Amino acid sequence: MRIESTKARLIFHYAGLIALSIICLTPIYIMISTSFKNEVVIFDGNPVWFFFFPTLQNYADIIGDAHFDRYLVNSVIVGVSATLITLTTGGMAAYALARMQFPGRQSIANGALLVRMIPPAVLAIPAFAVSIVLGIANQLSGLVFFYSALNLPFAIWLLYGFVKQVPIELEEAAIIDGATPWQVFTRVLFPVMKAGYAVTGIFVFRIAWNEFILALLLTDRTTRTLPVATSLFLTDSGPEWGRIMAMGTLIVIPPLVFTFFSARQIIAGMTAGAVKG
Amino acid sequence: MSDPSAPVATGMRRWIVGYLFVAPAVLLMGAGLIYPVVQGLLLSMQDWAVGTPMSTAEFIGADNYLRMLRDENVQESMWVTFKFGFFTITIEMTLGVALALLLEKPIRGASIFRTIFIMPLMISPVVVGLVWRYLFDARAGWINHYLELAGFEPLIWLGEPHLAFFAIVFTDIWQWTPFVFIIVIAGLQALPSEVLEASRIDGANTWQQIFLVKLPMIRSILIIALLLRLIDVFKGLEVMLILTEGGPGLATELLSLHVYKTAFDAQQLGYAAAISVLLLLIVFALSLAILLVSNPMKSRADV
Repeated sequence: MRIESTKARLIFHYAGLIALSIICLTPIYIMISTSFKNEVVIFDGNPVWFFFFPTLQNYADIIGDAHFDRYLVNSVIVGVSATLITLTTGGMAAYALARMQFPGRQSIANGALLVRMIPPAVLAIPAFAVSIVLGIANQLSGLVFFYSALNLPFAIWLLYGFVKQVPIELEEAAIIDGATPWQVFTRVLFPVMKAGYAVTGIFVFRIAWNEFILALLLTDRTTRTLPVATSLFLTDSGPEWGRIMAMGTLIVIPPLVFTFFSARQIIAGMTAGAVKG
Repeated sequence: MSDPSAPVATGMRRWIVGYLFVAPAVLLMGAGLIYPVVQGLLLSMQDWAVGTPMSTAEFIGADNYLRMLRDENVQESMWVTFKFGFFTITIEMTLGVALALLLEKPIRGASIFRTIFIMPLMISPVVVGLVWRYLFDARAGWINHYLELAGFEPLIWLGEPHLAFFAIVFTDIWQWTPFVFIIVIAGLQALPSEVLEASRIDGANTWQQIFLVKLPMIRSILIIALLLRLIDVFKGLEVMLILTEGGPGLATELLSLHVYKTAFDAQQLGYAAAISVLLLLIVFALSLAILLVSNPMKSRADV
């Protein structure tokens, strides 16, 4: 009797999780499958789930477009540069906030948490004027600059937690051996915090890779990133769904690959603030 | 003083090292976040036409703010934001908590399911907007097809105010319910089993356990999840910008999208900056509330 009910409960449990998974995945699956359909199938009006003759035409179209490679390169450059800058400066700040005593330390920590919440719409209006003042309007460096700034508060916050997990004895031993703070940061902390940097890097890269509003405002036809280029397919005479879905599929590949390999750490990062606080 | 991680040596030199380590990050955040916000504040008191140098903008004091208080479009978009927040957060919290309570027991394969559940959160908002725009599309969209199949009239989802509003609420629920679910389930699984055991021995039934033990014990997690969602209601505009462009009319124009469109469609930068200050104040108030509930950097440092 009891075994029966636990078994029934287990089946119910898995059924619930599978149903939820289908709800989460269906729109993504529809996007990917539509990217392999030709226009006739797409505009026929009858949704086709599985059985259609796949074509790479949409991909050929967007890759044949002379600029796709440029937009891809732009996105990669911006994402990677912003991530490296954020991790370096954020790691240094996290180390100082976690391990050093100086006046204003708590204010900086609180301030970083507050500026994290600045809405992109608030930033968007002055961002263009500011980027002209700084001489980075319509350049990739402009996006790198704003993405680094936008990501820093969250990166510092995550990395701070990772520094706190490192046993302080390691650093103390190095200091006794005469290591400078910079050597402690690069030679002692960095090697043991690699996993923490990887997770933080995934968060930061994903946000830079996906960002749309600032990219739309701060780039021109040569410095566009992939999300901006994709959105432009909408304004042509009627949306070209096949190409849009192909672009969308290419944009979601890096975030989904990261999710596969480090879902556990991503969830830990997402829930850390809420659960541990 | 009792902090065991406090360094032993003290003095000015140590302070300077600390400042040097935080300086790059502080400078970047200062130049990339705080400086633009200050510029936005100044801009909100000016009449600045797009295409002219910012230095030629005319100072008009509080005019933009006075105009904002009387502006029916701002009120309308506040109302849309309020409705959107009410429906999405109520449904996401209820669904997310209910599902977490149903499915909280650790189970084999849980990590695969969790990987799947965070996927809607990981993909680009532009892509989320595009996919749902396709599904809600009046001609090629799948939703209309299945409506017809079920014997209903096809609907112009994104062209009719109530339907478009439904579409953005529905999309938001699809994307963000898993977030609430994952946060709440992490909280539930972190509860000490002795307390639950004790309440069961005391004769608490399942419902009493949920409402008198479990939910009160994860209260701060629920509050933080709620505040985070609320902040996103005021921050988010990318999905809406792609999915409905705020339309038809102002039916789906959330406050941050209204700021964006005032600035870049209507090209009234100074006025948009004034509305954005209102947006900033709302978000800051909500963020301070989160800091009061839990300040991660402080509480962990004090442990």
